[in-house]
Amino acid sequence: MIATIISWLPALFRGLLITLEITSVCILIGIVLGIFIALGKLYGGRFVSLFCSAYVQFFRGTPLLVQLLMAYYGLPSWGIRLSPITCGMLALGLNTAAYQAEYFRGAIQSVKGGQMLAARSIGMSLPQAIRCVILPQALRLVIPSWSNELILMLKYSSIVYMVTVLDLMGEGMRIASHNFLYIQVFIVVAIIYLGIVFIINQLLHLLERRTRIPGLGGGTLN
Amino acid sequence: MSLLKVENIHKRFGDLEVLKGVSFEVEKGETKVIIGPSGTGKSTLLHCINQLTTPDDGRIFLDGVEVTGQHTNINKLRAQMGFVFQDFNLFAHLTAMENVRLGPVKVKKMPKKEATKLAIEVLGKVGLGDKANAYPAQLSGGQQQRVSIARALAMSPKLILFDEPTSALDPELIGDVLEVMIELAKEGMTMLVVSHEMGFARSVADEIIFMEHGVIVEQGPPEKLFTAPEHKRTGEFLHKITELYGETN
Amino acid sequence: MDSGGGTFVFTRKGEAIDTVSVLWKSLPMLLRAVLINIELCLALLALGLIVGTIVALLQVYGNRTLRTLSFGYEWIFRSIPALVLLILFYFGSSQFGLEISSFVAATLALGFRSSAYQSQIFRGAIQSLPRGQMTAARSIGLSQFQAVTSIILPQAFRLAIPAWSNEFSSVVKDTTLAYAVGLNEILRHARYIIVQHYKLAMPTYLTVALIFLVLTYAGNGCLGLLEMGTRIPGLEGYKKSGAGRR
Repeated sequence: MIATIISWLPALFRGLLITLEITSVCILIGIVLGIFIALGKLYGGRFVSLFCSAYVQFFRGTPLLVQLLMAYYGLPSWGIRLSPITCGMLALGLNTAAYQAEYFRGAIQSVKGGQMLAARSIGMSLPQAIRCVILPQALRLVIPSWSNELILMLKYSSIVYMVTVLDLMGEGMRIASHNFLYIQVFIVVAIIYLGIVFIINQLLHLLERRTRIPGLGGGTLN
Repeated sequence: MSLLKVENIHKRFGDLEVLKGVSFEVEKGETKVIIGPSGTGKSTLLHCINQLTTPDDGRIFLDGVEVTGQHTNINKLRAQMGFVFQDFNLFAHLTAMENVRLGPVKVKKMPKKEATKLAIEVLGKVGLGDKANAYPAQLSGGQQQRVSIARALAMSPKLILFDEPTSALDPELIGDVLEVMIELAKEGMTMLVVSHEMGFARSVADEIIFMEHGVIVEQGPPEKLFTAPEHKRTGEFLHKITELYGETN
Repeated sequence: MDSGGGTFVFTRKGEAIDTVSVLWKSLPMLLRAVLINIELCLALLALGLIVGTIVALLQVYGNRTLRTLSFGYEWIFRSIPALVLLILFYFGSSQFGLEISSFVAATLALGFRSSAYQSQIFRGAIQSLPRGQMTAARSIGLSQFQAVTSIILPQAFRLAIPAWSNEFSSVVKDTTLAYAVGLNEILRHARYIIVQHYKLAMPTYLTVALIFLVLTYAGNGCLGLLEMGTRIPGLEGYKKSGAGRR
């Protein structure tokens, strides 16, 4: 049995790399897009903020799997053809952007109003004030929910196997569908997910401690 | 020509008209103190001068340049006006030195090394040379307020606006902050101060402005207002406030 | 199907009309199929509620061993992806010779997973109650069990509704994952439509998305009413949390 399990590991490891790749790309899309959506919702004009709200509503209110299938089956009918893995990154990225936007918005709003006034009072422009004063504080505040989101996306990335991507889940399915040892294969897969979640959690705690502002309690700036 | 000229400023929030046509001037090197009951628009007036609030009507000039104009570069003008807030508003994620340095680096594009030197020098001036690396949350209220004065000073402003700089402080911490302000006044800094500190007003101000219900009731040298006010309300207010806060601080 | 292929040679205008009519005809089918998702959602939430409450109580009141075990349970079920759990329960049971339907497998997999998240919600609610509540309950002679069932839980459940409503939003969307184990739910029916009319993939999935938007809104609305209805006069509850992330 041990030898059999070991024979699965190279494939599962390949799958894990794909899982990590998809997760990191979609989280990056989510951070960048999420910050812009949050800023659009808070500082944008009427039209921009309405659009950003609608975006958030749609992506948070509908199943991620439906969003993935839209990218995979829907976009080609509009003439847009993407590789399965790109579909996965796109769907997961757009989805997490909506959630992250809300985390960022909450964090930006919890930075005290006086911080913006003070920044403007020394002559900083609005973008400068956002970049140098508001975001550095808001981003620290958002780390806990952001950690949660990263772990969530790592787990949810497993749905890409449903559009033929051979991630950790997909490799597990491929192996199990040949030998029908579903339990054994997926216990190994589950243990790998548990291990990765554990490691990432530890790293994120470290990040949180490192970025803490001296004299301020954890996570709150008020 | 006066350094700051405020002309007929009006500001209304919904149904409430907070400022009903306020005009006055501040000369270079002068210290003016605005006093008056709370809720009479003193803070709003300071915010309007720095355009942190846009007035509905009226004009404001700094050194001959219109602050309220449509096409003025407000960020450039704000850089010439320091603002000291009641609740400090230090940037929570930056050390005292970084708070002071931020404006010169980001707004004036001063090289970082030079700005650091300046920041440390200015912090020394407000008596906090040893606290340069402390974060705001590690400082007392009085220390925070002195850092925020240093932050304003580092921009070499033509004028500093103080919005009740001592009213969020514990009584024993007020003295240090007032000392710094008195020092600045002596050095010839132009200051416009909203304050309830009558001792400070009386000893430092070149002129006191008494505001109530959104208008200036009376203005003049401190001795005149304290001893022979023209308006009955001025006398009543000064009497009440000295009872409340004491004659000197 | 050739009838499907043929209709799309027409002009844009003709195609639009076709899209609407095909979708309109398949809407009843999609709505019937989403009932399966709703059933699954209710079943798994109920399982999660029962198990989650027990786990939360063990975490707060259990001895050292029980506490460790219950925290371990929570951590494991929160850290394994839903799909892995679905596959384990569905294919795993048949490997053991148990033939369970995909509905039961999905209820168990997603229900145990939800119980881990729910235990976290209930634990937070229980711990946010003032300590004096338990002390006072014991002081009038209630056993610990009685104190929990008649004093602690009734208050904790009320406090937990906003967070629980968030869990609902999350879980109702996750029922679509049961598509992976062949449950006859809405995405499977959406697939039937798309196989026949390939070009309708986007509008079909958009329709499914819309149905879920309505579901999450309706569910959260009901839970909001429940919260108001059970509110203890004069007491403030938790703050409302965002929709659908745990």
